[in-house]
Amino acid sequence: MKRREFLKSATALAAGTAISAPAVFSAEAQSRKETLLLVSEGGPNNLDIHGVGTNRPGYEASWNCYDRLVTHPTKTLADGTLSYDKDKFIPELAEDMKIGDMSVTFKLKKGAKFQDGTPVTAKDVKWSFDRAIGVGGFPRVQMKAGSLEKPEQFVAVDDNTFRVDFLKKNRLTIPDLATIVPGIYNMALLKSKATDKDPWALEYTKSNTAGSGAYKVTSWKPGVEVVYERNDAWIGGKLPQLKKVIWRTIPSGGNRRALMERGDADMSFDLPAKDFTEMKKENKLKLISNTIGNGMYSLELNVVKPPFNNEKVRQAIAYAIPYEKIIEAAMFGHAKPLFGGASNTVTSTDWPQPTGYKYDLEKAKALMKESGVGPIESVISFDLGDAISSEPMAVLIQESLGKIGIKLAINKVPGANWRSQMAKKEMPMMVNFFSGWLDYPEYFFFWCYSGQNAIFNTPSYVNKEMDAFIDGAYAAAAIGEKEKYATDVKGFISKAYNDVPRIPIFQPYLNVATQKNISGYQYWFHRQVDYRKLVKA
Amino acid sequence: MLATIGRRLLTVIPTLIGVVIVTFLLTRVLPGDPAVYFAGPAATPQSIADIRKGLGLDRPLPEQFARYVNDLAHGNFGNSLSTGRPVATEITSRLPASAELTFLGLILSLVIAVPLGILAAVKQGSWIDHTCRVVATAGVSLPVFFTGLLLVYIFYYQLGWAPAPIGRLDAFATAPPNYTGFYLIDSLVTGNFETFRAALSQLILPAVTLAVFSLAPIARMTRASMLAVLASEFIRTARASGLDTRTVIITYAFRNAMLPVVTTLGMVFSFLLGANVLVEKVFAWPGIGSYAVEALLQSDFAPVQGFVLTMAVMYVVLNLLIDILYGVIDPRVRLEG
Repeated sequence: MKRREFLKSATALAAGTAISAPAVFSAEAQSRKETLLLVSEGGPNNLDIHGVGTNRPGYEASWNCYDRLVTHPTKTLADGTLSYDKDKFIPELAEDMKIGDMSVTFKLKKGAKFQDGTPVTAKDVKWSFDRAIGVGGFPRVQMKAGSLEKPEQFVAVDDNTFRVDFLKKNRLTIPDLATIVPGIYNMALLKSKATDKDPWALEYTKSNTAGSGAYKVTSWKPGVEVVYERNDAWIGGKLPQLKKVIWRTIPSGGNRRALMERGDADMSFDLPAKDFTEMKKENKLKLISNTIGNGMYSLELNVVKPPFNNEKVRQAIAYAIPYEKIIEAAMFGHAKPLFGGASNTVTSTDWPQPTGYKYDLEKAKALMKESGVGPIESVISFDLGDAISSEPMAVLIQESLGKIGIKLAINKVPGANWRSQMAKKEMPMMVNFFSGWLDYPEYFFFWCYSGQNAIFNTPSYVNKEMDAFIDGAYAAAAIGEKEKYATDVKGFISKAYNDVPRIPIFQPYLNVATQKNISGYQYWFHRQVDYRKLVKA
Repeated sequence: MLATIGRRLLTVIPTLIGVVIVTFLLTRVLPGDPAVYFAGPAATPQSIADIRKGLGLDRPLPEQFARYVNDLAHGNFGNSLSTGRPVATEITSRLPASAELTFLGLILSLVIAVPLGILAAVKQGSWIDHTCRVVATAGVSLPVFFTGLLLVYIFYYQLGWAPAPIGRLDAFATAPPNYTGFYLIDSLVTGNFETFRAALSQLILPAVTLAVFSLAPIARMTRASMLAVLASEFIRTARASGLDTRTVIITYAFRNAMLPVVTTLGMVFSFLLGANVLVEKVFAWPGIGSYAVEALLQSDFAPVQGFVLTMAVMYVVLNLLIDILYGVIDPRVRLEG
């Protein structure tokens, strides 16, 4: 008797709490039509790309809330998707750009205002560029890629005219001005927020936007959501259709997919290859993917230390990688192969392009014999933060190299540790991904193959001939010598493929899912979402 | 009483000093270099050095420690690099989220586990005893993320009864004004029933997930301690004196069996509060556990230190409360011990 009572009360309580569940969908009707609900795995840690250690999602906030002088127009690719056009430039805050011999002059659009109503002047531009260099760290490095290194280079001629003097001719200068870093900041506002310890007001811009861009952040809860509202006074381009963008962080991939499939979220950004291929088959949503420009997954070998200082061993490995299996297992068939080309001595300047290697165990075994190196024991490392792609790759490579007498142990490096491990340059072999913002082959080679031995030159590959090609290509591009440029580019690609300090495997895709009523998504070199062109029907 | 509490609190001080030192040292010996991590993609040795200097990581350890303690003394937990906010702000905004979820989960769990445990003890060997065993075993052996994902799959994805698992509130609802940080309480206080319902509906699935997990220790502990008490002589005496079964079980037996249950409850609560990271991940819950884990993965020292310190303080306070509660439940127990 008592038992029954207890049970009754228990179930009644449980039922009581469950009843309210279905009633949830009511509150959201109001502004859904003009609001985009975007979900992704991670959110920003800083709204300003100039900040210390701003992460990739933080770039998205900067991109949408600040204007640059110039930007790239949109083009439609062969598969019907939209992308930025890397070869062309259109005005954003500048209405006019005149490239002289050793300088470029911009006229600012009249009537451009920051979001607090202050007019945008050339002084703001000058201050912002000084800031990009002054804060150090990543912004300074990025500016340097375009030979933008000294404050004296930036001149506010009058309120409306701004000039950049070149230190040297560099083809990457103008493209660099269209990256996220040289955004235009509200000088007057930020100067009022600056302190002696923080002269660039980084503390303020960390959680407030101070630009003239199409959107402003009205609420930011780190790790939870970012809410943007449209800046109706924006004159950097066509006024965006979306009045509001809510960007929620949903760590669980399964739930992001469930949200999309049930129609509760409008857009899910950066899907894993597995979800992408499966959702594409179901065909309930719009799925868009673009190859990540100037980027590749590769197997990288430390060429300084034995046994991988032996070129034949490296070539043997390049013939022993189970390329097709990797694309199948790690990327679910959704990646662009970078192997199986006609030859390692290339005939075009396309980048990235396939190497001449393919899976050929006999050839690999022969090369191993030729190398004269006995059985090898080594370690293959990968970044645990990217385990979803890297781990199956490492396992497949381990298995396959076992067949040519290379015994590998697997070293999983925690994400926080990966960069410092890379910087030490002690890992003998690693699965790694690199992509450069500026989509030019010499830019990739500058980071990954040149004698400056940057952190991304993980193989520590230093070669005079290679440096001559890279420098030659930079110099030729700067003065428009097309033939010399093509020779040098082909030269460095061929050299890289024959010496194989890094073995290209595939070029991955950036995947996005949207509801069918969303259009206007376009791929950008920075691999984040541009809200300004999105349209919700 | 007050003097006793005061004395108890004094003994807490060495514990806290220990926690401060250990967390500081632990975060420094962790592998991973925050400067390199936060230098971003195109880092150069120069830019890494800039950041290291900016973070004060180029100073000797004792100096870093002195600065850390000095900051703590001023109530400054430091800044989180990964979210860019002061750690104290983050913790005060995230702790209520975790606490609200944990409380609700625990209440749900109590409501089911305690009666189940009592019944299992009273009707030892009956079907309800077996049910109790099965439920407890199943609950504790199902990993929380699995239960969570399963519930989401059934009640959100398939049936559509539950709201989207996107955190404490639907994206289009507005949060209630912040009084306690508990959305349920804040929305009721302001009379905003729409928000109350929205917040409650978001809470149900994660709370059930937590409840399923915490059922086992509570139910089993209730059963075990009830069994012990029911076998004791005063119960036999009570029964022999012809007292109503209900009075015997509830008034005499259960009250005496409550002490170990309350102890377990305290343990389960503090465990759930910090350890429900997986539930938080599954339901995109902006709680304190996922915050700490995220920070740890990015070698972001300040939040980890802040988290451990907060949890240590909470644990101490909770234990104190439980000790006081002992005295209330059973006047024979006094705090002196």
